[in-house]
Amino acid sequence: MHQKTLVELAAAMQKGRFSSEELTQACLQRISNHDGELNSFVTVAEEQALAAAKAADARIKAGNAGPLTGIPFAHKDIFCTRDIKTSCGSRMLDNFIAPYDATVTQKLLAAGAVMIGKTNMDEFAMGSSNETSFYGAVNNPWDKSTVPGGSSGGSAAAVAARLVPASTGTDTGGSIRQPAALCGITGLKPTYGRVSRYGMIAFASSLDQGGAFTRTAEDAAVMLGAMAGFDPRDSTSVDRPVDDYRADLDRPLQGLRIGLPKEYFGEGLDAGVAAVIEAALEEYRKLGATITDISLPNTHLSVPAYYIVAPAECSSNLSRFDGVRFGYRASDPKDLEDLYTRSRGEGFGAEVKRRILIGTYALSAGYYDAYYLQAQKVRRLIRDDFMRAFEQVDVIMGPTAPSVAFKLGEKADDPVSMYLSDIYTIAVNLAGLPAMSVPAGFSAGLPVGLHIVADYFAEGRLLNAGHQYQQVTDWHTRSPQGFA
Amino acid sequence: MEWETVIGLEVHTQLATASKIFSGASTTYGAEPNTQACAVDLGLPGVLPVLNADVVRLAAMFGLATHSTVATRSVFDRKNYFYPDLPKGYQISQLALPIVHGGYLDIDLEEGGSKRIGITRAHLEEDAGKSLHENFHGMTGIDLNRAGTPLLEIVSEPELRSAKEAVAYMRKLHALVRYLGISDGNMQEGSFRCDANVSVRPRGQAEFGTRAEIKNINSFRFVEQAINFEVERQILLLESGGTVVQETRLFDPDRHETRPMRSKEEANDYRYFPDPDLLPVELDDDFIEAVRRSLPELPDARKARFVSEHGLSGYDAGVLTASRELADYFEAVVAALGGQGKLSANWVMGELSGALNRSDCEITDSPVTAAALAAMLERIEDGTISGKIAKQVFEAMWNGAGSADEIIEQQGLKQISDSSAIEGIIRDVLDNNPKQLEQYRGGQEKLFGFFVGQVMKATQGKANPKQLNELLRKLLDS
Repeated sequence: MHQKTLVELAAAMQKGRFSSEELTQACLQRISNHDGELNSFVTVAEEQALAAAKAADARIKAGNAGPLTGIPFAHKDIFCTRDIKTSCGSRMLDNFIAPYDATVTQKLLAAGAVMIGKTNMDEFAMGSSNETSFYGAVNNPWDKSTVPGGSSGGSAAAVAARLVPASTGTDTGGSIRQPAALCGITGLKPTYGRVSRYGMIAFASSLDQGGAFTRTAEDAAVMLGAMAGFDPRDSTSVDRPVDDYRADLDRPLQGLRIGLPKEYFGEGLDAGVAAVIEAALEEYRKLGATITDISLPNTHLSVPAYYIVAPAECSSNLSRFDGVRFGYRASDPKDLEDLYTRSRGEGFGAEVKRRILIGTYALSAGYYDAYYLQAQKVRRLIRDDFMRAFEQVDVIMGPTAPSVAFKLGEKADDPVSMYLSDIYTIAVNLAGLPAMSVPAGFSAGLPVGLHIVADYFAEGRLLNAGHQYQQVTDWHTRSPQGFA
Repeated sequence: MEWETVIGLEVHTQLATASKIFSGASTTYGAEPNTQACAVDLGLPGVLPVLNADVVRLAAMFGLATHSTVATRSVFDRKNYFYPDLPKGYQISQLALPIVHGGYLDIDLEEGGSKRIGITRAHLEEDAGKSLHENFHGMTGIDLNRAGTPLLEIVSEPELRSAKEAVAYMRKLHALVRYLGISDGNMQEGSFRCDANVSVRPRGQAEFGTRAEIKNINSFRFVEQAINFEVERQILLLESGGTVVQETRLFDPDRHETRPMRSKEEANDYRYFPDPDLLPVELDDDFIEAVRRSLPELPDARKARFVSEHGLSGYDAGVLTASRELADYFEAVVAALGGQGKLSANWVMGELSGALNRSDCEITDSPVTAAALAAMLERIEDGTISGKIAKQVFEAMWNGAGSADEIIEQQGLKQISDSSAIEGIIRDVLDNNPKQLEQYRGGQEKLFGFFVGQVMKATQGKANPKQLNELLRKLLDS
């Protein structure tokens, strides 16, 4: 049962092969059997999940089930869930139970999906290895001595280990695509504004975007269909109809124009990863696509620009965690200053503090123009690079990450090296474009992801490109040893 | 040395919307603490602001009424600082691109004439909550009902030159926002309050002196007192060889003095940056024109019309247009009477305003309606009662005794206009006061008034004064 895709599971439930309750029980059992090795869940909501499964079964019986009805999923612990803890991977919110559901939570529940629990993540989504979580690191199911990637490491590991068929994630600089690549699954980051940010705890508001982890592109199309849409509670969500993402999946790729940015294949790219990407591109050629070399000349500016914009926004977004109204509060504060400094000092981990400090500095009087304003100008240049490229090509491809999963602890003390693991994904967030990572093979026994980027709101094209590739390859069906 | 005072005001006006600037919570004043604060106002994790469109319309009305530019593109910024009643750790405000900029307001000067005061800008922002320091046993309580209340901060050019000018400007602004209906202007409830930037310089010097900012003054009287105190303090300081420090000060209304709150060195670096949760506000010309068409007649235009249409003096027209409600009342009286602007003005500014002041009553709550007052003035006009008796009738109306006609009827206040009846009474009075009659006829003409008084006494004031005068003179001189 756990090897079936989301679409297969839905079809089986429709046919009455098994119930959502049985499926949910099976997922709970796998979590209980395997998550001790992975640490991918912060909270397992067994009681609520089983109640939701029963309701879904009734809905299926009544004949008004949708494609997600009865499907168990894991929810990144950054989406607020009424009555269930939302920790954001932080001690600061270890005691936080939101009195409301995020819009994405509401939408998935309305579709009849069964939320089985909340997944581990880098603290406040700041990290690329899931090692900054207050709840401890997550292990990559392909090699438990390596990281699953981050920040949505728990969500990626849970799908890779076949604990759940799908999970949610958020992507600010690569936090869906990089862990999808490192865990050998499919990860989709939609266009900025396509999925509501309401109730999704903010890291960097102008970059954050919710998305999904699945095993296949087809499953991702189903998840996105339920999650996407205009939300009057999010001023940055875009008022535009949601496409039928499954409608285009079967379109042949004949004539698809693929662009390869020369900047994505230079120094720093692992040779094994490069070889996997070359082979994947060869498959696309066979499918009828044409491949063109392109240039995104401002790529080298994306990491520096990102590490101004994201920390600047996070330094302000995280000001509300002050020990006054909710979250962690230091014991016996002497005065207001002491309440603030100790609550924040004790409640936040090192990486969060580092980014708050960087951001505070970048926004300070006298530095604002040189850093924040300059970074915003760079953003425009990066966006223009992509816009020029999309005049020539339909999609841009390259490696999702420069290397396969690295060892736990390997980069923990070297933030700059850690930041560079998002070098190919970050520019996409700065431009607000949709992108996905699909499993494309292995290097040194660990998964490699192919990164596909499309124009604004062209998620359908991304999913089509991913789905057609998955019709001729089987990388997405491979499961890690011990989790088969 | 002769000193010149330089003042600029930042007035915070609460906009009259039903819900908050970025959430759907109610803005009603006086609710139980924290009952009007939703998840957005509390700054809970994950919540997002959504701009209340009504706030934009009200701000645009203000801009157009002050000859300002209403920006076709304005941007919300975050002003970052920590304070317990500031839930998000930042206030959403507008820094570089405010919604309104570059206008003016003409104020009337006490010594006559008027002066144009530039309005630098007016920007939208959210109010913070309230810290409560009493009844918490050494702790502080936080009430977030006020958090997210929409404010329009109106910044003047430093063109005010005395406390009196500052008050005149603030009063004019107060009347304007109430005219426009964009704010209730309630100063006790904090809907209209100001920060005053005050400095002094030797007369003739071009550069400004160092300024102090006096925060959160919530009455016209306090503005005058605070500025006067501050000016005197700065002059004394400078004349004794000291220097003024740029700082924020608080006005203590009990001691009539300002005290330092924080100095520039301790001041926050607010780290302003555009709020990524909100889109820029983009307004097109159609919207701005629609707002322009919706503007009511403004105080200056109405004042001019009162002079030309109702024949009032400039002073009277100014008093009557000081508030929209007063002007509306006056015009309702005139409309009901079909004219008689001067008579109506005298009564509205005299008896009515006096009674309102004495009982601390708003004109909208006046027990004597404009129609009722007009009906009484009608009786003066047609000679049923004299102006003097009318005051008695008005007082009875104020106390709820009924309409003017009912009171005149019940209390028998109808004027005696029967010449023979008045003449008979005069004869009785003359017969009963032979000594005074003799003195009058001996040349003491000021005793005329004595006889008038006696006749009025005998008629309980009801004798038609004009007829009485004529008949009395005739009889005395015959």
